[in-house]
Amino acid sequence: MYKILRKKFLTPAICLMDVLAPRVAQSAQPGQFLIVRAGEKNERIPLTICDYNREEGSVTIVTQLVGASTRIICSYEAGESFADVVGPLGQPSEFIHLSPEELSHSRYLFIAGGLGTAPVYPQVKYLHQAGAKVDVIIGARNKDLVILEEEMRAVSDHLYICTDDGSYGEKGLVTDIMGRLLDSGEKYDQAVAIGPMIMMKFVTLKGRQYGIPLIVSLNTLMVDGTGMCGACRVTIAGKTRFACVDGPEFNAYDVDFEEAMRRQGMYRDIEKEKDHQCHIGLHQ
Amino acid sequence: MANKIPRVPVREQDPAVRARNFEEVCYGYNEQEAVLEASRCLNCKKPRCVEACPVSIQIPAFISKVAAGDIKEAARIISQDSSLPAVCGRVCPQETQCEGSCILGVKGEPVAIGKLERFVADWSRQNGVRFADKAPANGIKVAVVGSGPAGLACASDLARWGYDVTVFEVLHKAGGVLQYGIPEFRLPKQEVVEYEVENVRRLGVKIETDVVVGRTVTVDDLFDKEGFKAVFIGSGAGLPKFMGIPGENLNGVFSANEFLTRNNLMHGYDPTYDTPVFSGRRSVIVGGGNVAMDAARTALRLGSEVTVVYRRTEKELPARVEEVHHAKEEGIEFRLLTNPVEILGDEKGWVRGIRCIRMELGEPDESGRRSPVPVPGSEFEIETDTVIMSLGTSPNPMIARSTPGLETNRRGCLIADEDGATTRPMVFAGGDAVTGAATVILAMGAGRRAAAAIHKALQSEK
Repeated sequence: MYKILRKKFLTPAICLMDVLAPRVAQSAQPGQFLIVRAGEKNERIPLTICDYNREEGSVTIVTQLVGASTRIICSYEAGESFADVVGPLGQPSEFIHLSPEELSHSRYLFIAGGLGTAPVYPQVKYLHQAGAKVDVIIGARNKDLVILEEEMRAVSDHLYICTDDGSYGEKGLVTDIMGRLLDSGEKYDQAVAIGPMIMMKFVTLKGRQYGIPLIVSLNTLMVDGTGMCGACRVTIAGKTRFACVDGPEFNAYDVDFEEAMRRQGMYRDIEKEKDHQCHIGLHQ
Repeated sequence: MANKIPRVPVREQDPAVRARNFEEVCYGYNEQEAVLEASRCLNCKKPRCVEACPVSIQIPAFISKVAAGDIKEAARIISQDSSLPAVCGRVCPQETQCEGSCILGVKGEPVAIGKLERFVADWSRQNGVRFADKAPANGIKVAVVGSGPAGLACASDLARWGYDVTVFEVLHKAGGVLQYGIPEFRLPKQEVVEYEVENVRRLGVKIETDVVVGRTVTVDDLFDKEGFKAVFIGSGAGLPKFMGIPGENLNGVFSANEFLTRNNLMHGYDPTYDTPVFSGRRSVIVGGGNVAMDAARTALRLGSEVTVVYRRTEKELPARVEEVHHAKEEGIEFRLLTNPVEILGDEKGWVRGIRCIRMELGEPDESGRRSPVPVPGSEFEIETDTVIMSLGTSPNPMIARSTPGLETNRRGCLIADEDGATTRPMVFAGGDAVTGAATVILAMGAGRRAAAAIHKALQSEK
């Protein structure tokens, strides 16, 4: 059992939890993820690792209420325990293999969409502590979905925020800011985009115009997260890859986004039906 | 003469009924049936059945106890060589092992050794009979990676000899393929698998779930940071294969691993669990092994019409004859000498059919089997909304890649000798991780041999 040490809602729809999982905390690296199974009858849900504290043995997860399973995870309170926390899973970000010397001369641009801000944070923090220069763009649909602003500001050189409806930061899309920065002559050695599949697709189109190296992190469907089921398969440069073990990060220009988006929705109708049944079962 | 008694038939759930539920197909023997069947055994002086058993269960010895009505003693005899008798009594390919070697089988029907093993194991469980004899603790730590048949067999023997054994399991339940792969209707999870895993725990074996060796910890960590003196790797062959044909990533195409894991480990067929399972109106299963039969029969039980597509003839089907027979009884259609060439999608990217080509058997290949060759111009389509790829599995590379000095062969299998010794000192391996996908019992045999080798190596270190 994995005890929830602290819990807070960052926005009405996004919940942050610190969970005691010493083995995961000990080995987690930027770019990796974990799987949570809340209780005995719940699904295994892949979630991003937002932070880790090796001394305390805790990992920080951030969950957005989007369906039945995430609602269950967010309904757990501090002091309660999840049945399972498995990880870290996936390959760490490539930059962890770079030397401090190399990193101190590098400049990164991160593009975070909504909940994607959570997995971006440990990467920015790692790079910042290693002496790299890091700019971050956070985009969200509206003010209620902007998270971790202060935390991110503390570890980045420049932070840009935009919302689709202009309710916070500037009104517009992450690709607008990205284009403006690159147009104004800003140079980056590497860009990284993490967020909804559709956002990553458009960032990739934008990136291609400028020829900037770009990595994306694919949040596919998964069951085990260790290469067993193949639910997470994606086409990368014409070849089938498993996001859970070969990824989750890939060269953006190699990703078949249309297929990835279609596969992500495979269980949507069944889950809606299940979600509906759940409500009937609750005596509210 | 004892051998004049015909083999006692085993009672099974009616095919038309069981095709719609997940309850166990085979009911097994009752005591009366078991005693009668046991009386058929000739108690050979040189029992060929024991030689043919990968874990060398003392078969005539336990059967003679059953014949005498001393089921408890029969259970004790089995427990010396196997910690998973209720599992093996259900899923072993007895027809090619113990029963295949039974002298009665030469002219008639062999003794139903598997069904007798199952009866003894089920009787023990129902009567609360357990055997946990073990040597005094020696305080030496051994790590076992994977809680499937190989790992459990290895851990059981080592625990009996007094070692301090911890098993690391990647999934949330112990049992490996017994949990995620083999369906409830062939191998009940709570009643059988969890009970026998619990028996292994009672020997003092610790099982830590949710640990991904290669990510959460490495084999080096186990030695250097956690004080283990030897490591056994029984991580199985969990990586699904695909054909590489067009359309394989369409929505509605699954690996048998995904489909079965959702149903078995995650209880997708049970509406009280959250796991979504896609069960089409029609399912095409590609492949002819036991896993293909499991996937086909699971899809059928979820309400699908099911067709199995296999490229050779019925004679070459790698699945057990019993499984094929059960599948046919339940109404599964077999399209033999047929191979998929493309999966067809609709405008939204969902499967709408599968294009196949007819095959004929050509010259024998290096394995001695006649290899199937396509018949030109014989392509045709089968309408379906689900395709389940059951083409076999290969070992997961995660452990080998994260363990310096641990070598694999071209097929990604760990290189190990007869005793399980790998290319890395004090690291042993066995089961599907070494052989590629094989059977429960062969994995258990490998786990036992490795346990003996670990014991020898650690004793000589003293």
